[in-house]
Amino acid sequence: MDLSHIFNSKKIFSISFCAVLFSILSFSAFSQEHTAADTAHAETSVAHAEGEEKDEDISKVILHHIADSHEWHFFGHVSIPLPVILYTEAGLVTFLSNKFGHSDDGTQLIEADGVSLVKYHGKYFYPVLPKNDHGTYIQYDSRGDILNAKPFDISITKNVVSLLISVTVLLIVFIGIAKAYKTREGKAPKGLQSILEPIILFVRDDIAKPQLGYRYKGFMPYLLTVFFFVWLNNLMGLIPFFPGGANLTGNIAVTMMLALCTFVLTTVNGNKNYWGHVFTPHVPWWLYPLMIPVEIIGLFTKPIALMIRLFANITAGHILILSLISLIFILKSVLVAGIAVPFVLFISVIELVVGFIQAFIFTILSALFIGMAVEEHAEH
Amino acid sequence: MTLLALNPLVSPDPGLFIWSTVAFLILFFLLSKFAWKPIVQALDERERSIEDALSKAEMAKAEMAKLISENEDLLKEARLERDNILKEAKEIKDQMINDAKDQAKAEGAKLIELAKTEINNQKLAAMAEIKNQVSTLSIDIAEKVLRKQFEDQNKQQALVNDLLKEVKLN
Repeated sequence: MDLSHIFNSKKIFSISFCAVLFSILSFSAFSQEHTAADTAHAETSVAHAEGEEKDEDISKVILHHIADSHEWHFFGHVSIPLPVILYTEAGLVTFLSNKFGHSDDGTQLIEADGVSLVKYHGKYFYPVLPKNDHGTYIQYDSRGDILNAKPFDISITKNVVSLLISVTVLLIVFIGIAKAYKTREGKAPKGLQSILEPIILFVRDDIAKPQLGYRYKGFMPYLLTVFFFVWLNNLMGLIPFFPGGANLTGNIAVTMMLALCTFVLTTVNGNKNYWGHVFTPHVPWWLYPLMIPVEIIGLFTKPIALMIRLFANITAGHILILSLISLIFILKSVLVAGIAVPFVLFISVIELVVGFIQAFIFTILSALFIGMAVEEHAEH
Repeated sequence: MTLLALNPLVSPDPGLFIWSTVAFLILFFLLSKFAWKPIVQALDERERSIEDALSKAEMAKAEMAKLISENEDLLKEARLERDNILKEAKEIKDQMINDAKDQAKAEGAKLIELAKTEINNQKLAAMAEIKNQVSTLSIDIAEKVLRKQFEDQNKQQALVNDLLKEVKLN
């Protein structure tokens, strides 16, 4: 299939060049992180007597920052409790996350609406009675995986709050802009309208039109929504304090949802050519047993790649920044801040660009997949 | 699945998945209806109007150029016309002057001729007058002289004798 039309735009070429550059950068940064981890390892093995769990602690802290949470932590002991909604064996159970204290180690039993629960590492489990040797209600298998059953958790977590904030912001901003377009009809854009108009035009002229041709109009709403949703959440994730700080686009559930939307659109809009390409590929018939499964797998790898790409890029950026900050604590010297902080600043600036590029890539690939599905005659 | 379960990062949380799906779909439908539709429409509209305005400007420009060239042609024609008229007028003027000159000359010549004839006539008349006067005067003088001469009888005789002598000679 001829895909040269994707690469014929100079702009897109330069952007992809940047993307490659940044992926190399982030890769080298990754290795840096590894070095950091190794250093931490060395540190811990040397200072075995001092603190055995140092390395474990740092990675736990980093993962804790990236992961979802039932409360929005500000600083020290200040945090906003968020509602916990659990679908348990005894029906829906709701309570504020701070109602039963901040116990997070699985040692304390919670009695909520007649259901006993235990909170362990930010998650709610059904307790396994009686307490084990460590004084917790958690049971492990031989590999260290938790065996406890879990209630179905549909809590308003930190990520959900962040999601609702970003959705509200997007609604206010774009409905406001739409109003501006109505009241200032035919006039030059003004204010926020003039800032966002080039980006809307960018999505239309550089993403939708080249990939979808004359059919771009019907898919514009989806592409614009995805683009601005991903971009805003990427940026909000980079803000270290409220209302940012939640790692929404670096959460695989969210990227999975977005990729699934693209997958559904692709599948629903796929025309005869698209399905023909899958089930009667242009190869000799005796290759069909090989090719048809490959094509069917190909249907799914595309959205899965979308999902992993966004998740990995954003999460990697967060891990990188946190690791650089953690260097100060790993090496136990405030002097490290002299190197770590400028580096964090540098990476943060790159992350700003990555935030845009990933939104762009997610959108252009969605447009490309949809474009392949609605293409009238496949080129070979 | 055990591989996925190893890291909480790569195991999608169903709660968040549900919430994000709901939120994203609501966002998508609300934005499609209340934001993207009017925005994209307005952008298209504006682009079309700009294109229209540009093409209209182009047309006006062409029209203008046409008008200007037409004007120039007209001007050229008018100038030519004017030159022709001026030339003709000049010719007529010259003609008139020449005619007038000729006429004046002829008139003058005629007048001079007339004057000359008149002068001649007057001269002749004057001459005739003078001749008359002179003859009368001469006769008067001759009469008086003769009368004086011939008061004396002898002298008359002498003259007759002289005359007679002359006649004999002849």
